[in-house]
Amino acid sequence: MTPAMRVVEKRQLLSAEEIGRTLQRLAHEIVERTGGAKDLALIGVRRRGVPLANRLARQIRGFAQVAVPVGTLDITLYRDDLSTVGPQPVVQSTDIDFVVDNRDLVIVDDVLYTGRTIRAAMNGLFDLGRPKRIRLCVLIDRGHRELPVEASFIGQTVQTSDTEIVEVRLEEIDGEERVVLVDRVP
Amino acid sequence: MLGIETLSSEQIAFILDQSKPFQEFQRHPLKKLATLRGKTVAVAFFEPSTRTRISFTTAASRLGADTMALQAESSSLKKGESLIDTVRTLEAMRPDGIVIRHSSSGAPEFVAERLEIPVLNAGDGTHEHPTQALLDALTIRDRKGKLEGLNVTILGDILHSRVARSNINLLSKMGARVTLCGPAMWLPRDLAFLAPNLRLTHRIEEALEGAEVVMVLRVQTERIHEPSLAPDEYIAGYQLTPARLQLARPGALVLHPGPIVRGLEIDSAVADGPQSGVLEQVTNGLAVRMALLYHLIGGASADAPHPAKDRTNASD
Repeated sequence: MTPAMRVVEKRQLLSAEEIGRTLQRLAHEIVERTGGAKDLALIGVRRRGVPLANRLARQIRGFAQVAVPVGTLDITLYRDDLSTVGPQPVVQSTDIDFVVDNRDLVIVDDVLYTGRTIRAAMNGLFDLGRPKRIRLCVLIDRGHRELPVEASFIGQTVQTSDTEIVEVRLEEIDGEERVVLVDRVP
Repeated sequence: MLGIETLSSEQIAFILDQSKPFQEFQRHPLKKLATLRGKTVAVAFFEPSTRTRISFTTAASRLGADTMALQAESSSLKKGESLIDTVRTLEAMRPDGIVIRHSSSGAPEFVAERLEIPVLNAGDGTHEHPTQALLDALTIRDRKGKLEGLNVTILGDILHSRVARSNINLLSKMGARVTLCGPAMWLPRDLAFLAPNLRLTHRIEEALEGAEVVMVLRVQTERIHEPSLAPDEYIAGYQLTPARLQLARPGALVLHPGPIVRGLEIDSAVADGPQSGVLEQVTNGLAVRMALLYHLIGGASADAPHPAKDRTNASD
């Protein structure tokens, strides 16, 4: 980024209320398409996939009375750009305390963009075992894929340009609750 | 990464925190990452070693890096090649980092001043063994929940021990209260100047009272040139026995850097007992070395231009 660039908010994509409703719908879709959450486990990708996965599990417990295991995955060690990003990024813990073998896994992340994070997440999961199936749930799909990765459960699809950034702000991490589209302008 | 002496308490805490994910990684069914794929680590041991060499080699391998190994028995050393010629030869094969163990204190620093690649000290003479101190600290922190304010007793041949020196350095920086104990010839008074607030005693009973961690050192026959203590005298005065361990705090953690000489510095009942953290130390050694290799060998130089640095939604 050149020094002259600044970031401006263009528009709000989702309000707090809309995020809540979207997650509710996604939770229902996940239960419907996993045979009532049988063998289901959610994998939240650090950072913002983690609170989203926890909220989905809470919803599912609420309406389907199923306790869905939730794991946390840090993809740092599986990134494909490590030798290009300068100092090594800090590694966080991966906490998946259940066996992934034969599980119906749903990876949860906030934004689907190039698809590289999801490729890394799948590699991380394969190191833990052999899941029966892996699907993907994202709050926002903003396009611009660089890998053949698609989500099975999508909160909202948004048309974006390359310079724009989708910022998902969640209460647990950011202290506010909304999704905004920002742009970098000269 | 030449020694604990040059690290701040923040840097030490960072390395210990970064070791946690790698600790958990050792429990994965598939212990192979591609994180450092294409990188090469030279593992140059100018002094015999089993566990540290295997630990570094395994740590590199689990991160996906390749290793080139030079061992003490290697022919070039026997033929009289100098240290700097040997490491320059290794460097010419383009490794991304070099791990060095040498019997001369200061050898890794000497090499680091002359090479472009990162140098990791795997033990130099009687000077430092930083990765051992880090894995000890990780083991202590796991079992006791903290380092600050802990009473740690280091027992044995303090004078010749690089493990003791690195541990004294690290523990003092992290706010532990360190007591050194050993026979007078291995614990001269001037060792008190290694760190502030060190307590020195030649009486094991006094050293163990109130201890929450007891670090037993190996009697290093290979580094002792003067006439040494007879083994039975050492056993009578300083062996850590179950009865003596009773003098420490209940549940005190017993550590030993290995290799253990059973029946000399430590009784088998203590080495194999529930208070022993000896095998945890070995596993933690892998985690600490993976964390260090990841941060030192991986990564690009800060000024290397690449579009990824400028990426929007970089986490995607």
